[in-house]
Amino acid sequence: MEFIELHNVYKTYYIGDIDVPVLKGVSLTVARGEMVALMGASGSGKSTLMNILGCLDHPTSGEYWLEGREISRLTADQRAMVRNRQLGFVFQNFNLLPRTSALENVAMPLTYTSDLSDREARHRAREVLVRVGLQDRLDHEPSQLSGGQQQRVAIARALVNHPPLLFADEPTGNLDSHTSEDILRMFKQLNESDGITIIMVTHDAEVARHARRTIHIHDGVIVNGEQTHNPEAGPVGTALGSGDTV
Amino acid sequence: MKVYRTIRTAMKALRRNPMRALLTTLGIMIGVAAVIAMMEIGAGSSAAVQKSISSMGANVVLVMPGTATSSGISFGSGSVTTLTPDDAQAILRECPAVRTAAPAVRARTQVVCGNRNWVPSSMYGTTPAFLDVRDWTVVDGDSFTERDVLNANKVCLLGQTLVRELFDGASPIGKEIRVKNVAFRVVGVLGPKGANMMGMDQDDILLAPWTTIKYRVTGSTLQSANQSAAAAASSTVNTLSNLYPGGQAGLYPQQSEVQAADTPLPVRFANVDQVLVTARSAPEIPAAISQMTALLHERHHIRPGESDDFTIRDMTEMSNTLSSTTKLMTNLLLCVAMISLVVGGVGIMNIMLVSVTERTREIGLRMSVGARARDILRQFLVEAVVLCLVGGAVGILLGHGGSTLVRMLLHWPVQTSPTAIAASVVVSAAVGILFGYYPAWKASRLDPIEALRYE
Ligand SMILES: Nc1ncnc2c1ncn2[C@@H]1O[C@H](COP(=O)(O)OP(=O)(O)O)[C@@H](O)[C@H]1O
Ligand SMILES: [Mg+2]
Repeated sequence: MEFIELHNVYKTYYIGDIDVPVLKGVSLTVARGEMVALMGASGSGKSTLMNILGCLDHPTSGEYWLEGREISRLTADQRAMVRNRQLGFVFQNFNLLPRTSALENVAMPLTYTSDLSDREARHRAREVLVRVGLQDRLDHEPSQLSGGQQQRVAIARALVNHPPLLFADEPTGNLDSHTSEDILRMFKQLNESDGITIIMVTHDAEVARHARRTIHIHDGVIVNGEQTHNPEAGPVGTALGSGDTV
Repeated sequence: MKVYRTIRTAMKALRRNPMRALLTTLGIMIGVAAVIAMMEIGAGSSAAVQKSISSMGANVVLVMPGTATSSGISFGSGSVTTLTPDDAQAILRECPAVRTAAPAVRARTQVVCGNRNWVPSSMYGTTPAFLDVRDWTVVDGDSFTERDVLNANKVCLLGQTLVRELFDGASPIGKEIRVKNVAFRVVGVLGPKGANMMGMDQDDILLAPWTTIKYRVTGSTLQSANQSAAAAASSTVNTLSNLYPGGQAGLYPQQSEVQAADTPLPVRFANVDQVLVTARSAPEIPAAISQMTALLHERHHIRPGESDDFTIRDMTEMSNTLSSTTKLMTNLLLCVAMISLVVGGVGIMNIMLVSVTERTREIGLRMSVGARARDILRQFLVEAVVLCLVGGAVGILLGHGGSTLVRMLLHWPVQTSPTAIAASVVVSAAVGILFGYYPAWKASRLDPIEALRYE
């Protein structure tokens, strides 16, 4: 069994009497250590898929296996636990707590992890902030940080529990191209040196080049089966992406 | 998730908008301040009432002589002389619920010292046990003794007012004063007691052995008229051979012999005007009363069905009336304060609902990083409770300050009430939980994705 497996996932929204099918049978597998770019036009269902992958939402039908556990069968509390321990989520609009220091923003997920003392939590938060290069911005509030710095705080927050899996929904959507490069380099480094599996949504082909594998989604279905090999992205793992199905 | 961490998170959230937090909790603040001020002022006046009751003597029971009745006309309590000093001794000896008993005779006459004179509002002839009954101390000199009582020695104790009027506050010990031409030696000065519940000056008092007052001063059975005029006019020499010197016309019509025969109440020779008795404790007062009733029935040969020749009264009814009045006022004001607490609670709920809506994205974010529904519920609940407790704490200080101000400016008696403070803390927390629960529950029911997408 692979790290992530989606089997025939459907997601339909119901607005009044109208059914809005968004995902129409998505199946895909992602191996541990992969870095995947998810591409598609606006409204094609990328965010919907990411929310399901990020255990924030459940599919209308279909199965989602993460590390051998069927997520849609878990209770809400168990899913909260998975979100807290097993994955990190980076949003397009950063979603930092206003008027709260970077350090406290990053330490926030640890308040829902009961086995850590206060000092340990702060220590951990500082550690990840140093890793994303914000060692001299620990006490700055979001309003005192640039967009790129805010996104780095958000990445630090996603990493603070040392999850094996990182989701990013258009992480560079609100950033200029230069800052985007920085952020993407950071993702790549996290993937390569820490072995964190990364799934990243983008509709910028330039951005997608950084990933070793690109999945295209169109109108709720995955359209490309083959792996996209990006020469700049470095050597490709042996079996990566082979599990893609449409 | 540790509780104190939740509290810190709540404090942080509240500090992000301190002005609003202050205004939100204003209702609770005012409510608690009102409760505390009411309780402190109420407890103060209760205590003042209690104090003035106990200054008249704790657990005091009064035994008075009976009522003379002639053809349906009552002559009022004490119009028949039936109580004797022996009755007082027998009560003390034979009633187990009685701690002390002091016979007392009253007089009202002029006291002269040098070129000064004064008519004390109370002049009692009694035994040393009187001081015990009235819970009175001798601050200067000593009390007279049982031997003084036996020998009808001319010694007396003075209250503070008398010392002030006759001696200008100088120590009167060993000095001589004259009561109706009888020279008394002052042996002691009573401690100050102030006014009683009726506003009568309790320090305006002279105490002497009852035998002395009875045999040397009044001579009459129930002489409560001012005798100064009679004394001035009288040229009688006071001697022991003249048992009741200076006797005057009785205040009440003399019973004819036929009337006396109709109401066969035995008349004692050495009668006293009242016997002051203390029960061993407040709950034993009824027992003391029934024991004394039985004893006096036996001693006075009163058969069942015959009317008593004595009356027994205790202070409980008076103190109950007085304290129930203050209690009623306090309770009414407490109700008003409680209503303002409820209004404050509604204010908390209102602002918490606004806050939940405003912070929808924060809630979504917290959920997306692993907060469970109950973590969110707890966070908002704790926030409301912290808000209420802070408001309550400020309210306690305000209320206490207010009652202190009342004490200093209006001189009302107030008393800090730990119960009220504890109750306020509990009530504030309860208001926080009660009115914070719904907004917190609403927050916890949010869907993370919708919350994150909320604009
Ligand atoms: N809560 C919702 N209710 C109804 N329709 C929704 C909801 N969320 C998303 N959709 C619809 O699903 C489609 C896909 O949305 P989304 O996954 O956000 O696209 P994108 O690929 O741009 O991220 C859109 O057409 C959108 O209107
Ligand atoms: Mg999207």
